[in-house]
Amino acid sequence: MSLSRFFDNRNVLGLLFMLPAGALLLVFLTYPLGLGTWLGFTDAKIGRTGQWVGLDNFEYLFGDSVARLSLFNTLFYTVVASVFKFILGLWLALLLNRQLPFKSFVRAVVLLPFIVPTALSAIAFWWIYDTQFSVVSWVLVKMGIIDTYINFLGEPWLARMSTIIANIWRGVPFVAITLLAGLQTISPSLYEAASLDGASEWQKFWYVTLPMLTPIIAVVMTFSVLFTFTDFQLIYVLTRGGPLNSTHLMATLAFQRGIPGGALGEGAALAIAMVPFLLAAILFSYFGLQRRAWQQGGTDK
Amino acid sequence: MSYIDRRNFLKMTAGLAAGAATGDVLAQGKKTGAAPTLNLIPEKGAKLRVLRWKRFVEGDEVAFMAHVKRFSEKFGVEVRVDNEGWPDVGPKAAVAANVGSGPDVIYGWFDDPHQYPEKLLDLSAIGNYLGAKYGGWFPVAETYGKRDGKWIGIPLGAAGATFVHRISHVQAAGFKEFPKDLKGFLELCKAMKAKNTPAGFALGNAVGDGNSWVHWLVWAHGGRMVDEKNNVVINSPETIKALEYAKELYATFVPGTLSWLDPNNNKAFVDGQVSITNNGISVYYSVKTSTDPKVKAMQDDIGHANYPIGPSGKPTELHLFTQAFAFKYSKFPNAAKAFIAFMMEKEQYEPWQQAAIGYITHPLKAYDSNPIWTVDPKHTPYRDCVRNMTQHGYAGKLGYSSAAAMADFIMVNMVAEAASGSKTPKEAAERAEKRAQRYYKV
Repeated sequence: MSLSRFFDNRNVLGLLFMLPAGALLLVFLTYPLGLGTWLGFTDAKIGRTGQWVGLDNFEYLFGDSVARLSLFNTLFYTVVASVFKFILGLWLALLLNRQLPFKSFVRAVVLLPFIVPTALSAIAFWWIYDTQFSVVSWVLVKMGIIDTYINFLGEPWLARMSTIIANIWRGVPFVAITLLAGLQTISPSLYEAASLDGASEWQKFWYVTLPMLTPIIAVVMTFSVLFTFTDFQLIYVLTRGGPLNSTHLMATLAFQRGIPGGALGEGAALAIAMVPFLLAAILFSYFGLQRRAWQQGGTDK
Repeated sequence: MSYIDRRNFLKMTAGLAAGAATGDVLAQGKKTGAAPTLNLIPEKGAKLRVLRWKRFVEGDEVAFMAHVKRFSEKFGVEVRVDNEGWPDVGPKAAVAANVGSGPDVIYGWFDDPHQYPEKLLDLSAIGNYLGAKYGGWFPVAETYGKRDGKWIGIPLGAAGATFVHRISHVQAAGFKEFPKDLKGFLELCKAMKAKNTPAGFALGNAVGDGNSWVHWLVWAHGGRMVDEKNNVVINSPETIKALEYAKELYATFVPGTLSWLDPNNNKAFVDGQVSITNNGISVYYSVKTSTDPKVKAMQDDIGHANYPIGPSGKPTELHLFTQAFAFKYSKFPNAAKAFIAFMMEKEQYEPWQQAAIGYITHPLKAYDSNPIWTVDPKHTPYRDCVRNMTQHGYAGKLGYSSAAAMADFIMVNMVAEAASGSKTPKEAAERAEKRAQRYYKV
């Protein structure tokens, strides 16, 4: 039978087996993304289909001070939070990689901030940062260090830093645990060889650990940057973008304009405006940090 | 129906001709001398899906559902009620309107129906009937409910707010009673600050409490977002005056109001850190029913005052306004209409309002006499919230622009910027003007 032979063909079978996954991707990823992109070029409102308006939305957003501020906020938030998450995460991973008492217990505990749903931990931070009930302020006042409560979410720069700290708190475990997994794949024989060569602890880290870890770092930090850049829940719970829009990220502003504000097209345009930045982050880590000759002790051409 | 015009007359006669099987509207008005009646016969085997906002106080939902059950029994209509967090109802309703399927009846907010009027059932029969029967609608209710002379939404009322204050603190600051004008109010806040019992009003992106008081502030000084023709006129000398006032007022606030979202002022007030704020009746209620003796002791000291009045001499309040509307796609339009009307009738409305402890102020004048407003004198100021209310987007037309401008917190941001001194009043007003123009461009 030619039909059975047709189905015995490995290529045909392969294609067939991939079909469900492909359909899923198409329906749940490609279609929404395509629709979102399309909406960004229309003046669609919630409950009303839009007309194609070309780059109108982007032109407007470029001239809109709140949108520009949100771009700055997003970049600032991402850069600062990612740098700290990387440093703290790597440090934590190196510590956890040593022989510790109750090793698995400690490792589990470290993961906690990551496991707690963001919305819940954000509410906890909301109380911590509350202008009237902040436990931090309370302790400092009782200790006599300050005499008025700190206005954590009420001053633009303080609010930016406060939200960033909350984001770091949540993001560090992910970086730490993943890097820890990376550390454990490094063969001990490399360290032994380094010891025989008389390398110091610092040299071992610099010439063995870091190069071997780079591919993992690339992956982790790409994810971390993507998550941070697109953060929404934390800001939405803590400040809704206030005070004076100083913590509005592009994601939160896109939501505010698109859903409660009804300007679906504009919200979509704001969301698409994030894509180039995200692509740049991915390309940077892909080309900049992937396994290269220098990691094996050679030189890049 | 208060009177019968030609169109309605035609409809009525057509309905009569078609017979009761189609369940048409039969209404008789004042002209015939009889009491207004509304005879809506739900379709046989009708099923309704109703979407409403999630209750703020428990009694609301209990009473609402009890009345739903009574409706079902009386008319043989199965009703399913879904509850959604209140900010989510608007977007859902808009999607339902766009897609052409979803709940038959939605209890939405503010100008929701004005964004897709062509998708909605004409509720004029109900609007006119209820108005005639219950002493007429407050003007703002007509503004929100009607579009081009036709009722597209039936107002349920507004979650009203007053200036909740500590009576003893106001007196200690040298005021026998709560000031009724802007000048007196500012002086009170200054005196309160000096006594270390400050006021506090939300200036963060607080959908309810933030919008409510900043609109009052700007309107009380004569400022407005747009004129009658939807031209943006926010950048006016009146607005600047309001913003200068806001700056002086802000100096008397407890620190941190720039970060306040809707729940903050409740917490701060109950904790005794703030002595004046704007809020619904919920603060008083939570104190009254508190099991903590320290909190409960505050009950007698809580006062409610309607917002002070500006030079125009007219109240300029904004409250969370809610109304019901029904979609043309509904398979059971008569059942939907009957449901909306049923819930507004005295037998249902008054007990419901009582169960909701006055959280929702009525849009119909006759309900002023609901005992809920006098059973406790502290309730009384909330009775007048809808009477004193102005629609957002005043003095323009309601619709997409007015909704979007409020959702983008243009007023709140403008007042916050000027109050905190991060921008001068002039700069803040200019920025608000630019942002508003985008939404109001034709």
